[in-house]
Amino acid sequence: MTLKKEVISILVDNQFNVLSRISSLIGRRGFNIDTITASATQNPDITRITIGFSGNEQSLAQILTQMAKLEIVREIYVLDPNESVFRELLLIKMKADKSNRGAIIEIVDIYRAKIIDLSKDSMIIELTGAPEKIDGFMKMLDCYEMVEFCRTGVTGIHRGVREYTRFED
Amino acid sequence: MKMTGAEMVSELLLEQGVDTVFGYPGGTALNLYDALYEYQGKIRHILTAHEQGAAHAADGYARATGKVGVVMATSGPGACNLVTGIATAFMDSIPMVAITANVADELIGRDAFQEIYITGVTLPITKHNFFVNNIKDLPDAIRQAFRIAQSGRKGPVLVDITKDVTGMMTSFEATGPYPVKELPKSDPDTLLEVAHLINKAKQPIVYYGGGVAASDGGPALRELLEKADMPGAYTIMAAGVLGYEEKRNLGLIGMHGSVTSNKTLDQADLILALGTRFSDRVAQNMKKFGSKATIVQVDIDNSEINKNVIVDKSLVCDVKDFIEKIIPLVDKQERTDWFEKIKKWEDNSYKPVDDDTCLKPHQLIGKICSMTEEDSVYVTDVGQHQIWAAQFIKHIKPKSFITSGGLGTMGFGYGASIGAKIACPEKRVIHITGDGSFHMNMNEACTAVTNNLPIISVIFNNKVLGMVYQWQGVFYNKRYSQTTVERKTDYVKVAEGFGAKGYRASNLAEFEKVFAKALKDEGPVWIECLIDKEEKVLPMIPNGGTVDDMILG
Repeated sequence: MTLKKEVISILVDNQFNVLSRISSLIGRRGFNIDTITASATQNPDITRITIGFSGNEQSLAQILTQMAKLEIVREIYVLDPNESVFRELLLIKMKADKSNRGAIIEIVDIYRAKIIDLSKDSMIIELTGAPEKIDGFMKMLDCYEMVEFCRTGVTGIHRGVREYTRFED
Repeated sequence: MKMTGAEMVSELLLEQGVDTVFGYPGGTALNLYDALYEYQGKIRHILTAHEQGAAHAADGYARATGKVGVVMATSGPGACNLVTGIATAFMDSIPMVAITANVADELIGRDAFQEIYITGVTLPITKHNFFVNNIKDLPDAIRQAFRIAQSGRKGPVLVDITKDVTGMMTSFEATGPYPVKELPKSDPDTLLEVAHLINKAKQPIVYYGGGVAASDGGPALRELLEKADMPGAYTIMAAGVLGYEEKRNLGLIGMHGSVTSNKTLDQADLILALGTRFSDRVAQNMKKFGSKATIVQVDIDNSEINKNVIVDKSLVCDVKDFIEKIIPLVDKQERTDWFEKIKKWEDNSYKPVDDDTCLKPHQLIGKICSMTEEDSVYVTDVGQHQIWAAQFIKHIKPKSFITSGGLGTMGFGYGASIGAKIACPEKRVIHITGDGSFHMNMNEACTAVTNNLPIISVIFNNKVLGMVYQWQGVFYNKRYSQTTVERKTDYVKVAEGFGAKGYRASNLAEFEKVFAKALKDEGPVWIECLIDKEEKVLPMIPNGGTVDDMILG
């Protein structure tokens, strides 16, 4: 069975251990999540949690309906890729000296990434973009020696103004 | 009005109509219990031997009444001991509010004496929980707890209160309970579609579960089955919803369900699943379950739809509302051919054989039924005796078969019996248990004695941990690992030691004699019934099997 990647946006009450409630449910039900991010919203009482999820239709319905049952969840919806923008931030540290620095900079330029730290034998690159773009960038850097990297996980937002489908418990 | 946080808890309980609390005091709960001392004329506190017993008692109280059961415990070990009881209630969707005390807020996170992060521990076994370390939040937390416990699909909620909050003085305003969320109603268009499916089905079956019991949908269900002439089969959580002898009520379904129920469901062309969740004890093979049928699922919990078995049509609504609204839409008809087929399965189904020289489980339960009042409440523990009870109890009224269905908690029965008896003092309460389960929480005998509760515990003593023993016999080549317990417990003496009465029976005549005595005794009674260890729960379908794999002997 092929797994489909989805991005789920959840608006939750901004309170003590809200993230553990979400992650406890994910752990208990064995949901296959790729990324999870939490951030503030314009309303200080509400936090947004964005989950990158891989699954089939049944498991997607399960994560939506089970999450909707949590008391802290006010709204939950799937971000339709055709009507949303997704972004992720990558910080990657590469081994780079005078022999290969130029080649790496070339890739950095093509991807419109930024070099934010440079030393004699390494550099740190920053790239913001859709997760696929970041995947592609990292693939291009594969043939050079990477020291470490971190990705923030996907976050996303709908284009335009729209009504969301609510899942009521 | 000015009062302490602890007094506020008592006031909030009164506001919710709570007059009974089960629990156990302790260091951080001192303020809570000091307030209960003051409110003892209004709130009855039942002290148990162990917090687990208190949690099961609150659960039994809730199951017997439909009201919220309330349990109270101190921090640390007290709160931890509630866990099995809360999980039991959670798995069976029983409304319960657990109030725990925690160490003072300034000590939180410092591994203080008897500190435990109980809101963390109970995250996956509560509908929701609250940590109250600010007195301002206390009234809202308790009112929310009761609202959540009773709203939609019911379940347990825990409120953890720091000790300093219980001692703090503040003003309290009795605004009354929060309204319980309105139950979703059935969608009229889908109702019409389902009615059409029922009308054109040749071989329909209603597979119903705890949701029908929780919504008091029994009478409506009976009417639907009669009008559309459909058979019904139930999960253990719905035992008692319809009468055992009713023609259309085929019996228990699933792993230890009747041959008739399982065959009928397997051959059905329409399965109407009402308030039930296709658990692995029923839909043992989720891919093959009801594979010849169109499946319609009605449940109050959206997340139950397609969770285990993919269905063709679904409604998320109060199941009683669904049944009542579909009755006028279905045709009155007679499905003679279908019931003739069912009768053939019934004629060839498993029937246990009587033997008066020893104690046969079905005869023993038959005898209990013939000697007790029709509105008796039966409480079980978990194991072989539990299934025998579900299979053979002839007269169960709604809310009168109290059993741990989902979690399968051995040791559930005694506490739950105490809760049921406290809730329904006018009703007979019979606790059916096994020697394994009974050993787990028999300490609650002291609670039954202190409160002079005439609960009759019928102990099916086969001297083995019967259900596991049975599986080891059938599937593990009789390698009886740790199930032949060889205990030397003298139940009569132990009962007497607790201040209860104890009897023993090894055949039906002896049982009849002592049971007649027990029915007249005033306090708790134990009756040890000697059962052969080779007695099996039959029929049985192995894990992952279907009706074709059914074992009859």
